[in-house]
Amino acid sequence: MPLRDLFKPKSRKKYITIPAQVGESPAEQEPQELTLKTCPRCGRRNREEDLDNNYKICPNCSYHYPLTAGERIWLMTDENSFSELQDNYQTADPLSFPGYLEKVEKAREDTGLEDAVVTGITKINGEKVLMGVMDAHFLAGSMGSLAGERVTAAFEKACAEKLPVVLFTASGGARMQEGMLSLMQMAKTSAAVARFHQEGLLYISVLTDPTTGGVTASFATLADIIIAEPGALICFTGPRVIEQTIHQKIPNGFQQAEFLLEHGMIDQIVHRTDLKKLLGNLIALHN
Amino acid sequence: MSYKYSLEIERDYQELEKKINALKDDALKKNIDFSQEIATLEAKLRDDKEGKYNTLSGWHTIQIARHPQRPTTIDYINAIFDDFVELHGDRYYRDDPAVVGGIARFNGVPVTVVGHQKGQDTNQNLQRNFGMPHPEGYRKFCRLTKQAEKFKRPVICFIDTQGAYPGMEAEERGQGWAIAQTLMQMSILKTPVISLVIGEGGSGGALALGVADRVLMLSYAIYSVISPEACASILCKDVSRGPEMAEYLKLTAKDLYSMGLIDEIIPEPLEGAHTNPTATYKIVQERLQMHLDDLLSGDIDQLPEKRYNKLRCIGVCE
Repeated sequence: MPLRDLFKPKSRKKYITIPAQVGESPAEQEPQELTLKTCPRCGRRNREEDLDNNYKICPNCSYHYPLTAGERIWLMTDENSFSELQDNYQTADPLSFPGYLEKVEKAREDTGLEDAVVTGITKINGEKVLMGVMDAHFLAGSMGSLAGERVTAAFEKACAEKLPVVLFTASGGARMQEGMLSLMQMAKTSAAVARFHQEGLLYISVLTDPTTGGVTASFATLADIIIAEPGALICFTGPRVIEQTIHQKIPNGFQQAEFLLEHGMIDQIVHRTDLKKLLGNLIALHN
Repeated sequence: MSYKYSLEIERDYQELEKKINALKDDALKKNIDFSQEIATLEAKLRDDKEGKYNTLSGWHTIQIARHPQRPTTIDYINAIFDDFVELHGDRYYRDDPAVVGGIARFNGVPVTVVGHQKGQDTNQNLQRNFGMPHPEGYRKFCRLTKQAEKFKRPVICFIDTQGAYPGMEAEERGQGWAIAQTLMQMSILKTPVISLVIGEGGSGGALALGVADRVLMLSYAIYSVISPEACASILCKDVSRGPEMAEYLKLTAKDLYSMGLIDEIIPEPLEGAHTNPTATYKIVQERLQMHLDDLLSGDIDQLPEKRYNKLRCIGVCE
């Protein structure tokens, strides 16, 4: 199985499926399905195939579609180099929160993941790194016990093996259904980053759309170098909550990557097509 | 006794309290001996209260934790610390009145004491931004605790906030960054740190002051990943289901103690700290002293390692 299919979702509900015209095609030829994905920014209907060949970027307006963990790994790492850090953990339901396990089960089916974080050792342009990827398709990329555990374990592994860490974040924040156990993952992951920094090792975070809440307020923003994808929403409090608090509409572009760059919160905004090269270069500069 | 503000749970027995008082007045005026009746009623009242307070729902606990007359950080500082000198400002932007801190003596020992500061009336609350810090509040906290490390002073933190302020300026100045930096710094700070949740421990904005060697909670304080109202609004699109969420979120001191997330529950007076602040200060002082002695008797250099090991175990996966 090719690596990019590893975490391929089993169902893709956001897609519109239009059967292509069959016309006079020979009977043995299967009718081809044309999958279109509407760009949320410019409204253009892009063919999935075209998106796949273009780093999932809208050719019209450069909108960066959210990636699955599998797609991210496939696009950012050297071929066949990713080896997942194995743990035998499963997401649990420590508070017996109503409906939680059903949601987790559905997310597992939709994404093929065990939780919102996948970590592994891989190569980026020939440079060996410990890489972590968050997948916003899994319960909005929220951080519960397992996600926090995986991020922490990744930093510990990187400390032990003296590897740089590259994390791609995408998260709606701490996972409500695990209550305080989720909140404490912020402290746990930040503590792991603190120890990692003490070892003099390089940590690069790439903030992708959307990086919010407890992830923004912990490991995501503790990197030596913080990169963001264009247009990504990056914030602690989401725009909706702010609007409810201050009872007024917040301006367009507020809390987007470009806004944060201007306010000195991130180092660079990097187009997805250039990202792998830049990461490789940055890691090489620290070797 | 006059009630400036009474909770639903308090109103339940205030009626009976009034009747007992009226009966006492009557007995005095008319010189009739009602002592037996009064004793029976008082016993009933006591049972009633004990029954209620010992089986408080999460939602009722939150009402006590948010009680406007509940003692705040400054009240604790004035009551149990001496020679307090307040220190202001984060040195980058401004002084955040929602976080108050400085140097003081605790039973003779110089310590750094910092906490969220709520107001006790509307004016104070406007000035203190309802105890919801901006990034500069966390940066002030970082500055003061770093200073404590330099001068080998223990740090005592009081947690009492709905959360970090959810506003535009806070976002512009890096609310997430400030909290993250605080969490990271506190995890490796080489000095004893004790955090006590005195009221509301709301989300990341509370946790920033909660990375400590000892995390203590008053018995009617709460500590939660999200407010039950916000949780209900997100999960059920219905804010009125907050009371239900308050149970699911397991946010009371008892719940958190049983999950091993806090080290001790400090008992409050039966009807809450606001009904007898003096008794509350006394027991808080005693318990803080006990934990401080314990931490100071160990190897300070080992504290960050122990703190990490404690955090490292938190989380439940199967």
